[in-house]
Amino acid sequence: MRPTGPRLLAEHPNTRAPNGRKPLGALLGLLPFLAYTTTFLLVPTLIVVVGAFLDGNSRPTLGNLSALAQPQIVSAFIHSTVLSAVTAVLGAVFGALLAYAVSTAREGGLLRRLVTSLCGVLAQFGGVTLAFAFGATVGFEGFVTLWLKKYGIDLAGSTWLFEPYKGLVLVYTYFQIPLMLIVFLPAVEGLRPQWREAAESLGGSTWHYWRHVAGPILAPSFIGAMLLLFTNAFSAYATAKALISQGSPIIPLQIGGTLSSEVILGQENVGKAMALGMVAIVAVVMTIYVVLQRRTTKWLGS
Amino acid sequence: MSLRATRRRRQASFRWAVVGMIGLFFALPIFGMVEFTTRAPGGGRTLDTWATLLDFGAMDENYPELKAGLVASAGLTVLTVVIMLVMLVPTMTWVRLRLPGMRRLVEFVCLLPLTIPAIVLVVGLAPVYAWVAYFLGESSLWLAFAYVVLVLPYAYRALDAGLSAIDVKTLAEAARSLGAGWPTVMWRVILPNVRTAVLSASFLSVALVLGEFTIASLFSRDNLQVAINQLGHRDTSVAVAAALAALVLAFILLFAMSFVGARRRTHRPKES
Repeated sequence: MRPTGPRLLAEHPNTRAPNGRKPLGALLGLLPFLAYTTTFLLVPTLIVVVGAFLDGNSRPTLGNLSALAQPQIVSAFIHSTVLSAVTAVLGAVFGALLAYAVSTAREGGLLRRLVTSLCGVLAQFGGVTLAFAFGATVGFEGFVTLWLKKYGIDLAGSTWLFEPYKGLVLVYTYFQIPLMLIVFLPAVEGLRPQWREAAESLGGSTWHYWRHVAGPILAPSFIGAMLLLFTNAFSAYATAKALISQGSPIIPLQIGGTLSSEVILGQENVGKAMALGMVAIVAVVMTIYVVLQRRTTKWLGS
Repeated sequence: MSLRATRRRRQASFRWAVVGMIGLFFALPIFGMVEFTTRAPGGGRTLDTWATLLDFGAMDENYPELKAGLVASAGLTVLTVVIMLVMLVPTMTWVRLRLPGMRRLVEFVCLLPLTIPAIVLVVGLAPVYAWVAYFLGESSLWLAFAYVVLVLPYAYRALDAGLSAIDVKTLAEAARSLGAGWPTVMWRVILPNVRTAVLSASFLSVALVLGEFTIASLFSRDNLQVAINQLGHRDTSVAVAAALAALVLAFILLFAMSFVGARRRTHRPKES
């Protein structure tokens, strides 16, 4: 709780409850928010969790979970996890570099404003636009493809752009870096020039400053941002959907397929089981994050 | 301080090197779109595609889905921002004033969508939207309900930062003791003081809604991105041009909004 100014006034009995409202009445003010989030956030989550254990006739079953062992679903899970982890690391490293570079520019200056606005758009404008952009660049008719052809390098001969560990890594990194900048810039802006000067006046080099001052301060937000990037890539559907026309190499496409096409009898709720699997993987990553954060806090405290 | 000057120079060259290199990575695909949409059939350059896109009458006739998508996205943007602000600002203010114990809960709920992938929400939302369609009809506009959930974490963080920067309690008490009702407190006291936060929350919502594809596509509703994707199957050049135009428009919108926020902030002492 933040200390507020004139506490005495604020907690005076006459002003605390101007309409004679009791705490129960105050709780009513929370009702619209709770009703809304229950309907559009908690109920959908529960539908997924419960539905994963029900068959087509709403009888309890474990069949949906065992259906996850199908080879294409297992490989989609592995692809998604590796793709998200790799692009989270790449996006975090390059995004952090960019954030630091931008933070050395004048506050409110044109560069900073330009980069933040651009990143705001690019982080959310994945999907169709991104698929088109990469298609026009390194796709079959893309200008880089055509240009490289002159030098005997044939990009169009393979489907590398649509493969999870090649093209998708490149395309995903394109929206991960801007997101990293947006979430990490405030942390980098918190670094005070005085700390650097203090480190220097004690004879520390740039390396010492980053290793002992800035690094430990930024570590928790860096890891937190990386986690956000992981879930961002993990749940990305639009880019892959617009880019890949055949097959579903990643798990969001598999789930999308169960929603938009006819499903096999007896597998009505496999999509929910896959969704539950995604939640489970995010939960594992979150746990690792919490453990790491506890470590870094301990490290900072000592 | 020559030490500081050296560092500043070094930082400047580092800054331009990093921004330049990462900028190149970002510029290439955008340039690819420009290059692709200006290709002439025999080789060489033409602006025909852009002329087609800007000929609104013909576009409306030949590609009606694009206009429908644009209108739907505009409506969705407004509705999402309005619902988000009307729900979050009073709730968060109220929690700070009266229910500090509930702050953890509200924060937890608001940040929850970060840990639940959007595609998972779609799976769970399908039955909920069956009810929405039953009560309110099939209109694409109701997607805004789901979009509000998607923007919840970003909006919460922006608004929380804004509310933390002012003394909500004292301001509200002062206004109340001068006889203001709760609506007046919200509208004329709290809102003007968190204007920058409201702007940045809206800013993120606008970008998210204009770029949203997943939910609209899976629920077979119209929005800008769905329309552009459909267009891609019929006329690739026009679709790429439309996608680029949407990206540039969103960027201009966000860039302009960043100036509005900053100007208001510097003017605030004069106004009050």
